[in-house]
Amino acid sequence: MKKFINNVDDFLKESLSGFGKAHSDIITVNFEPNFISRKSKTKQGKVSLISGGGSGHEPMHGGFVGHGMLDAACPGFVFSAPTPDQMQAAAEHVDSGGGVLFIVKNYSGDIMNFQMGAEMYSGKNDSIITNDDVAVEDSTFTTGRRGVAATVLVEKIVGSLAENGGSLEECKKLGEKVNNNSGTMGVAFTSCTVPAAGKPTFDIGNDEMEFGVGIHGEPGRKREKIRPSKIIVNNMLEAILDDLKPQKNEKTLLFVNGMGGTPLTELYLVYDDACEILKSKEIEITRSLVGNYCTSLEMQGASITLLKCDEEILKNWDAPVHTAAMRWGM
Amino acid sequence: MSVNFLISQAKNIQFVINENAAEIEALDQNIGDGDHIFNVQRGLKLVVELEDDIKNLPLQKGLNTIAMKVLSGIGGSSGALFGTFFMSMAKTPDLDKDIDFKKACEMVITGINAMKERGKADVGEKTMMDVLIPVSEKLNELKSGNTDMKEGLSEIIKIAEDRMLGTKDMLATKGRASFLGERAKGHIDPGARSSQLIIDTICKSLINK
Repeated sequence: MKKFINNVDDFLKESLSGFGKAHSDIITVNFEPNFISRKSKTKQGKVSLISGGGSGHEPMHGGFVGHGMLDAACPGFVFSAPTPDQMQAAAEHVDSGGGVLFIVKNYSGDIMNFQMGAEMYSGKNDSIITNDDVAVEDSTFTTGRRGVAATVLVEKIVGSLAENGGSLEECKKLGEKVNNNSGTMGVAFTSCTVPAAGKPTFDIGNDEMEFGVGIHGEPGRKREKIRPSKIIVNNMLEAILDDLKPQKNEKTLLFVNGMGGTPLTELYLVYDDACEILKSKEIEITRSLVGNYCTSLEMQGASITLLKCDEEILKNWDAPVHTAAMRWGM
Repeated sequence: MSVNFLISQAKNIQFVINENAAEIEALDQNIGDGDHIFNVQRGLKLVVELEDDIKNLPLQKGLNTIAMKVLSGIGGSSGALFGTFFMSMAKTPDLDKDIDFKKACEMVITGINAMKERGKADVGEKTMMDVLIPVSEKLNELKSGNTDMKEGLSEIIKIAEDRMLGTKDMLATKGRASFLGERAKGHIDPGARSSQLIIDTICKSLINK
């Protein structure tokens, strides 16, 4: 394992400390329990948005705390859900009378810890669970689909509505709409190494890829030989389109997300391939996002997320945002 | 059962889990993401370190302190589930009286029921509950029957082992392994293995007492 580490046990603490120093104009890092909150107090009556999850997905979620997006984020250990006392403390810290909306990715550990956090918090609160990953079959008998990159879009879009006075109910409704109208598919070329483990999570051949990978290096749909980008992207989009079933000329947001170890040059190539394929299917791309937003440590790979957009979604996507990882309009 | 009993068991379990850490980690890397063993080890270390703070506390307070430590110090599914286990055990009535075997059974049953509720998982879903639920059912039988304690504990050791091995050919429908479909088959669930080791350790220490 080659990583910038002093001591494995201090990995998270030191990384959070650096994040706090680097973005001291936007956020404050609170320790024990760990949570990242906006530097300025949430305005009176505004719904507070709190997300969180295991660390190792940076900039998600701490990088999305700030105006127009989250009010707080609770980071767990690398790839492990945060603990209920973090959510409780974050909620008590940021709630300014508008109630708290927890945004939770659909992973068992996250669900259980957020539920307990919500039970321990006495104020008004509700939750949205994201499950955009089309690689996993949805069924009422299983944990269901994973919540992955579309969580970024949910946080941005609902963040704007909350900033502009949306109620807790309205924010939850919009969040569910964004989640239900998005689909994500991921591919990995290499594994990632959890610092505490010291070795790669899975073995993968030089000429292989994991199709339908999750954001923790957990296996996906199938192991395949690597192919030209156009073919990989086509297979990813087909899985998404099968699930989303967009109509001809429907407006969409195309989000190409890096897993951490793939350079932007490749992500833009993926974007180019995706544009061409979507054009041939007469699907309109009206907004775009390309970059490393929901990562899996140093894993090489990418995910594609497609979001079907209506006016309400577009308006809130375009609204100003000022966070460590996303900034426009202000 | 007393706080000192809990601490000495935690120490025994810590030793056994550390001995088997590489195996559990490998199981998790096959079908999960590899965090389970670190979470279990971190939790045990935290509980063992509580010794000086809790050794003179009454049982209920000791259990609550352990619960909060586990809940806030571990994270992941294990933290939520084991935290829930201790928190619910602490709610068993009459903990200020002497705790006999029947009462201890009742406490563990209460704890496992709460875990089942929290994780919304039942037997057959390739999780730690595949080991814990049958053990809880057996404890319920022992609590109301006249089986010799040591004989009953031996049966529990056997049940835990059989059920742990039984997860190997299951499809997972809960937890991270559920995302694998057929590919999860052929691997023992890491949570089932760590739970079985915990049960095995406690039962053996009671039998050899």
